[in-house]
Amino acid sequence: MSTTYQESPSRVLMKGNEAFAESAIRGGCRYYFGYPITPQNEIPEYMSRELPKNGGHFIQAESEISAINMAYGAGAAGGRVFISSSSPGIALMQEGMSFACCAEVPMVILTVCRCGPGIGGIQPGQADYFQATRGGGNGDYKIPVFAPSSIQEGSDLVFEAMELADKWRNPIIIFTDGLLGQMMEPVTLPEHIDVASSKDIRKSKAWALTGYGADDSSRNTITSLRLQPEVLEKHVHHLFDKYTEIEKTLTRAETIGIEDCDVVLVAYGIVARITKEAIEMLARDGIKAGLIRPISLWPFPHSVFDKISNKAKAVISTELSMGQMIEDVRLAVANRLPVRLLSRTGGMIPTSLEIAERTKKILATM
Amino acid sequence: MLKPIFEYTKGMLRVETNFCPGCTHGISHRLITETLDEMGKLGEAIGCGPIGCAVMAHKFMNVDMCECAHGRAPAVASGVKRVHPDNLVFTYQGDGDLASIGTAEIIHAAARGECFSTFFVNNAIYGMTGGQMAPTTLPGQRSTTSQTGRDTGKSGFPIRVCELLSTLDGAVYVERVALNSPAGVAKAKKAVRRAFDVQEKKLGFSFVEFVSACPTNWGLSPVAAVDFIKEKMLPYYPPGVFKSPQ
Repeated sequence: MSTTYQESPSRVLMKGNEAFAESAIRGGCRYYFGYPITPQNEIPEYMSRELPKNGGHFIQAESEISAINMAYGAGAAGGRVFISSSSPGIALMQEGMSFACCAEVPMVILTVCRCGPGIGGIQPGQADYFQATRGGGNGDYKIPVFAPSSIQEGSDLVFEAMELADKWRNPIIIFTDGLLGQMMEPVTLPEHIDVASSKDIRKSKAWALTGYGADDSSRNTITSLRLQPEVLEKHVHHLFDKYTEIEKTLTRAETIGIEDCDVVLVAYGIVARITKEAIEMLARDGIKAGLIRPISLWPFPHSVFDKISNKAKAVISTELSMGQMIEDVRLAVANRLPVRLLSRTGGMIPTSLEIAERTKKILATM
Repeated sequence: MLKPIFEYTKGMLRVETNFCPGCTHGISHRLITETLDEMGKLGEAIGCGPIGCAVMAHKFMNVDMCECAHGRAPAVASGVKRVHPDNLVFTYQGDGDLASIGTAEIIHAAARGECFSTFFVNNAIYGMTGGQMAPTTLPGQRSTTSQTGRDTGKSGFPIRVCELLSTLDGAVYVERVALNSPAGVAKAKKAVRRAFDVQEKKLGFSFVEFVSACPTNWGLSPVAAVDFIKEKMLPYYPPGVFKSPQ
């Protein structure tokens, strides 16, 4: 357990996983269901200890499958739910994500990515980019995915996601990795929001399962089965109308110097921080490197790529995977510039020097 | 003025069900919702439905209700109950849903002593998918995936769920009833009431198994299916109270 200084009104030193858990509580999470898996174990531990103090409930589920279905139940009942897991555990949760999207049950899912495939390893990775952005559940559905690159940003995004999930009646994924989850940084935590009591849930969530009381004309059902093709097609179109609105409002990216540069590095999460240092090193060697840091992985910030300088020689997708984000980068670049991959995987983390040197090598071939 | 002695319960919505002639789902649906009606609790109940023939229970039962992924209703109900601890929460599940794909969920919900009630429809076969072997299919019983009869040497033995759950301290009320006779139905209704009473008192997990008929997939007439329950099902799945508070 890391040391938290609750008395301090603003800035505290916290481990990533614990800061994310605390921000979920402050964002109104009163229900957490989890199963142990490294490197996110601090979250169920923190929630088991801290949620009851805040009037909330913790269940250690028998599996990740059960955990997400408990989340589905609590979310359908109108509660604010936050769950977390890591790569193989997230794989088990994906059936539930598909159901939650179809039935429009809100929940926030934190994924603390490790390495795969299979059991893989417990070191940080980003090889679950497809898992998060493409989904492993069945059917046509989308989940907004945000990838913070610092504990502060992660804390802010978890807090905001608690609201966004309710607003859009959809799961929201916060995509972090074992490094962000395990390291400690100073963080300014958000203020607690007020949470509706169980009795008052229907006032803000007219759709929730609360028991209809005296008037059965307000009976609610939450379903994902639609056997008639024309009915299901209409429902899927309704979901995709919603996703279109989400694309308009939730697409986010940070950029540095892409309008005037020799090369653009694209990196998200913890890799973007290492890449920023590499960009400074390259600048000292007279190479102008820009950065695109997608904050939303879905919706991917395609339009930002239109701003890349015409004199840029290449766009380099820098990732802890064997080329997953690069597919979105290629779509965004649309053959305007060469796209190359700078990758480490298996839990290996490139140094800023390595990124700088490999960028130079790539430029030398252009 | 004549006093009505039997009426359509408010607990069931006035829509056609999708159930076959001789199927007992209609009886078990009614027993649950009629009991809630008599308790004045329809408006406070929240149901968690299965995947299987009863997937559309939410269209028939006049309570707030959700569908659940196959086998996951006990996990869903655990979540619902955390948000609404004072509401009556129940799951309604078939044998494939509860005793096969959802085995982990039901065992752990019972072990946690979750204060909701589970109603388990055991008709020894997969209904909606067309008559495949269930975890409760009897030795020698024919199904579309055990076409010469369940061979216990190859596919093992049926699971007696009441007996299994009775070993768990969190399960405080466990009863098996049979829907093959008026007396059995009357007993079943008492069991449903008991389960909800146990839940209201927050004593722990309550569980009622309905030994049920599936004439369509058994390849029997509705009348012959009733006999099948008595002659074949009940010797393997004996009715009775396996656990009860006090």
